Amino acid sequence: MNSDPLNLIITGVGGQGNVLASRIIGECLIKKGLRVTIGETYGLSQRGGSVMSHVRISEKGTPGPIIPRCKAHVIVSLEPIEALRTVKIYGNRNITMIVNSRPVYPLGVIAGEITYPEPAKVRKALEELSLKLFWIPATEIAIRLGHAIMSNVVLLGALAATGLIPLERKDLLEVLPEVVPSSSKELNVTALDLGMEAVAITI
Amino acid sequence: MKNKIGLDRVGETLLLMGNEAIARGALEAGVSFCSSYPGNPSSEIMETLASVARDLNIYAEWSVNEKVALEAATAASFAGLRAMVSMKQNGINVVSDFLVNLSLSGIKGGIVLVTCDDPGGISSTNEEDARFIAQVADIPLLEPAHPQDALDMTRWAFDLSETIGSVCVLRSISRISHTRGSVTLGSLSRKKRTAHFDTSISLHAFPVTEKHKILHQKLAKARELFETSSFNSYEGPPDDIDLLIIACGTGFLYAREALELLDLTGRVGLLKIGTTWPLPEEWLENHLSRCERILFVEDVDPFLERNIKAFFAQISPKLGVRTFYGKGSGHIPPFGELNPDILVYALARILDIDYKPEDRDYVNKAEALVSELVPPREFGFCPGCPHRASFWSIKNALKWDDRDGFVSGDIGCYTMGIWPTGFNQVKSVHAMGSGVGMASGYGKLYTYGFNQPVISVVGDSTFFHAGLPPLINAIYNQANFLLIILDNGATAMTGFQPHPGTGVNAIGDRVQSLDIASICRALGVSVEVADPYEIKDTANTIYRLLQERTGVRVLIMKRKCALVQKREEGFPYRVRVDEERCVGDSCGCNRFCTRVFRCPGLIWDQEKKKTRIDEVICVGCGVCTEICPEGAIVREKDNHE
Repeated sequence: MNSDPLNLIITGVGGQGNVLASRIIGECLIKKGLRVTIGETYGLSQRGGSVMSHVRISEKGTPGPIIPRCKAHVIVSLEPIEALRTVKIYGNRNITMIVNSRPVYPLGVIAGEITYPEPAKVRKALEELSLKLFWIPATEIAIRLGHAIMSNVVLLGALAATGLIPLERKDLLEVLPEVVPSSSKELNVTALDLGMEAVAITI
Repeated sequence: MKNKIGLDRVGETLLLMGNEAIARGALEAGVSFCSSYPGNPSSEIMETLASVARDLNIYAEWSVNEKVALEAATAASFAGLRAMVSMKQNGINVVSDFLVNLSLSGIKGGIVLVTCDDPGGISSTNEEDARFIAQVADIPLLEPAHPQDALDMTRWAFDLSETIGSVCVLRSISRISHTRGSVTLGSLSRKKRTAHFDTSISLHAFPVTEKHKILHQKLAKARELFETSSFNSYEGPPDDIDLLIIACGTGFLYAREALELLDLTGRVGLLKIGTTWPLPEEWLENHLSRCERILFVEDVDPFLERNIKAFFAQISPKLGVRTFYGKGSGHIPPFGELNPDILVYALARILDIDYKPEDRDYVNKAEALVSELVPPREFGFCPGCPHRASFWSIKNALKWDDRDGFVSGDIGCYTMGIWPTGFNQVKSVHAMGSGVGMASGYGKLYTYGFNQPVISVVGDSTFFHAGLPPLINAIYNQANFLLIILDNGATAMTGFQPHPGTGVNAIGDRVQSLDIASICRALGVSVEVADPYEIKDTANTIYRLLQERTGVRVLIMKRKCALVQKREEGFPYRVRVDEERCVGDSCGCNRFCTRVFRCPGLIWDQEKKKTRIDEVICVGCGVCTEICPEGAIVREKDNHE
């Protein structure tokens, strides 16, 4: 690893499968003998709030549960503006971001009181604030597979494809069956592969 | 994912949540009896133990409240078993009356009392440092710094408790309880204990002063054990340091990281203390002699800081003058959650270092883009939540009544009634059951000219926890208000734990279900039951009950939590907006459905200038079809699945 600890943030909105995604990554890494700390912030998130997991990977130590300001190496976001909210605090010039392009509108936007920024603008801002941005239609891919909830698995595939953390397809294939119902295992593997493919095209 | 907590694999490293590590520590210590009341961030401790209770032959219960949980666990201790009680910070307030007496009587089998504090109030209505209880009850306190520590300390806490004959408190915080980390397992206890109460003795607080004296002897014994505890350690240069940090909890990890970020590991010493009450005085004195400047790091109150300062006052004739930094000096805030950056900036200030985590241009650009683009997120009830419908009916009934009525709130998902998602109907929220107690008081103010109708709302689990005594108080004292029990069949906010009304216990056995309506009727008050989804009928019922103006009236709004309903059976409808009938802004309703009703399944389409349904989010409860003045929202039986 280039840094120890390696700092990854997974962010999104409650109910998007954020915590499960961080846990899958953690289970994969711990099987490889790495040490992992995952700090979760959820609170009221299931009721529409932001949710964030700090995944810290080390070869030897016990990293703390919170990443210091500007010290994230990778941000995976299940939602565009949550990516922006997070990069403001934890971003830096060398950061890589993997972002689901599908918005989850805040209640104020749904109610027509405030507006959600144009996706193109959000994308441009994220490009300006990162070394590399992977803008991935993860929810659209998951909906095509029949289940919007699998967008988290699409992004896990994307993350593995970047090679930025020591997480490979075979690690995920080992852990996924422990986590998802056996009936949806094959669909989840497809979601994973489509996420990997989305990154391969961009690279 | 299957729970691995009961695995008998010594030396294996697993990814465990702090709460799971605490549960594992108890199993390794040979716990027999576990009790708890759900409350975040503590709930997973009991959930984990309950999930293995049958296989490992231990007893696990969700108790009706925290005080009863400790009382039940104490029975196990008196009969010679080891017991653990877990709760969130607020639970400590509830157990305190029993605990201050229990500490005088002493215990038999080890009891570990776990408090999970919530710095930052991430999932709480207050920000409380529950460590005070160790001093109030004169019992020992342990504070882990990470999940591995949590396991090791919990296991040892049972030995300590049994050795000295006192309850031992373990203080976790959200950043440990809800953090997953690498945890290496020890061996599960094989010791079999038989429960028996020795009738040749009796356990009580008398004579009080004598027992208090014995309690202090027990504390002295704990102090002696703490002097050599491996939970306390020093890292840094052996001598010649510019500053000594004394840290507990995750503050230790933040301090360690801050020292690395500032390249200070060669200049600053770091003292990790895990046994925070009573203080290991000799050990501390040795380390306090290292340096003249001391920085304290801990979450919420300056507990360690004040106690060490007080101790230092005794030894200062020997050691001389010290400068103390921390919450008292203003270098660490006495509110909010600690993080590594607070430590970095405190150290930079004390040692006069210029620190910038990233160049100014980047930080400024990020701040500008975010403030330009990112809208805030407000909390809301889930799509299909019965509470949204309930507050809708309450709002309408209070409006029709037109006497400036209001809602006295309580603890649960429905606390969110203070926000737009509950139409701002709830006007006060404090502790479990307090909304009913306060309504009981409002209901006696009519002789002072108070003429506003009051509605108290309380959830089913909260009703059992602390809602009954104030209801009895109100009936006995002839208070006048409407009690609405929002019965969604679960302790929803904390993760759907069962309670006495659900007919299921902690380990999933079918048990007698206590019927809230029958309980209230037995108290002699009128009880009606309504369906929150039937918003027209229910609003009329509430209005009618408000007109009754005397005594306590009870209305039970019964409808399963939408998250549970979705998981178990699903919802019956497919909802759509008839674009012909929705006339958008020319309607005169002023976007009633999206702006006021505010269910996240309803979206104001900026382009079409009409409302539409977000099919990914809408669950199909069909309630919103009742609110459109044009009848443009329509529901059809969903034959899809």
